[in-house]
Amino acid sequence: MWTWFHRLASPPSFYRLAERLAPWLGLGAVVLLAFGWFYGLVYAPADYQQKDAFRIIYVHVPAAAVSLSLYSAMAIAGVIVVIWRIKLAECVVVSIAPVGASMTAIALVTGMLWGKPMWGAYWVWDARLTSELVLLFLYLGVIGLHEAFDDARAAARACSLLAIVGSINVPIVKFSVEWWNSLHQGSTIFKMGKASISPDMALPLYAALAGTFLFCAYAVLRRIQNELLWRERGTSWAKEHLSAVTVH
Amino acid sequence: MTKRQKRMVAVAGLILGLGVAAALGFTAFRKNMMYFYTPTDLVGHSLPANAKVRVGGLVVTGSVQRGDDLDVAFTLADCEHSVPVRYHGILPDLFREGQGIVATGRIDAQGDFVADEVLAKHDENYMPPELQEALTTADGKHSCAPFKSVMGS
Repeated sequence: MWTWFHRLASPPSFYRLAERLAPWLGLGAVVLLAFGWFYGLVYAPADYQQKDAFRIIYVHVPAAAVSLSLYSAMAIAGVIVVIWRIKLAECVVVSIAPVGASMTAIALVTGMLWGKPMWGAYWVWDARLTSELVLLFLYLGVIGLHEAFDDARAAARACSLLAIVGSINVPIVKFSVEWWNSLHQGSTIFKMGKASISPDMALPLYAALAGTFLFCAYAVLRRIQNELLWRERGTSWAKEHLSAVTVH
Repeated sequence: MTKRQKRMVAVAGLILGLGVAAALGFTAFRKNMMYFYTPTDLVGHSLPANAKVRVGGLVVTGSVQRGDDLDVAFTLADCEHSVPVRYHGILPDLFREGQGIVATGRIDAQGDFVADEVLAKHDENYMPPELQEALTTADGKHSCAPFKSVMGS
């Protein structure tokens, strides 16, 4: 089992696996997002209290959910980097950060656009909003730290440590609306018991969620491929691969 | 121990230490993490004069009185207590009787809460209007559960 695992984690074989996997993830993302957003924006009924304004949920909730999942994945990869020093895991850490930062920024901006008409304010310093902003800074910190090193491996190790330390923020974001009074409402779908959203509205939300996850998986895989090629540019497999690519 | 095992212990210790530090910190600063107090907190405790506070609760059904200009008076309640609120200004679109709101302001000499900002706090339920009408009675639209007392616990 371990030999299989080590073979998978070797740069050329993972590169080939990603090459086969990525188009399917991308295709799945396009199909699910097209269905979810079209259904959500056109066919789903308007909400009883927020009317049509609630429809921004189809962008906001997937982006916010993915921002937390990606951070968790980055922190887990960080643990693998620090303990086992696996090169592939180093690429995972540095590849996730920009995608996660983008999703966090989307969640924050769509949240502000939603907050103004519904709550009456773009921004309040409640626990949920503040901790999500901290999440953005953690992602930006990882990106900045990575740029600050010349040696790729040392950079990845430093980034991994920051990712691990920052992972304490993930449960804080998740449970902030339960632990403390906040202006942000509680969870609608990611909670124990039944989701408090009617099926007609929930179906496109789940589709948009799955689509956003697939898109991020696609984006991260492609970044990992790039990172692997760059790091291994001197090796024969990378040279072979690059010579096969025609430059237009 | 091999080097790898040492690193495992170090990472485990780091995560454990962070968790404990965060848990202790948030227990100590629990009240400071709260975005608003509830009417129950205001009833049982005296505030420093002119202290600015945020209060969250439901707008009591039948309590909204609109005066001249943009004056409005209403009662704000959590599950146990209520507090009279006066406000002059534009209310959010979602403001209505039975709606959750968070008001920022001061307690005046008569014990009324004079708000200078009112924000709507909607709940996490999403449904079409027909379903909502079939589900709820006239005044049972929103739950007071999100308005947890800060001082009480």
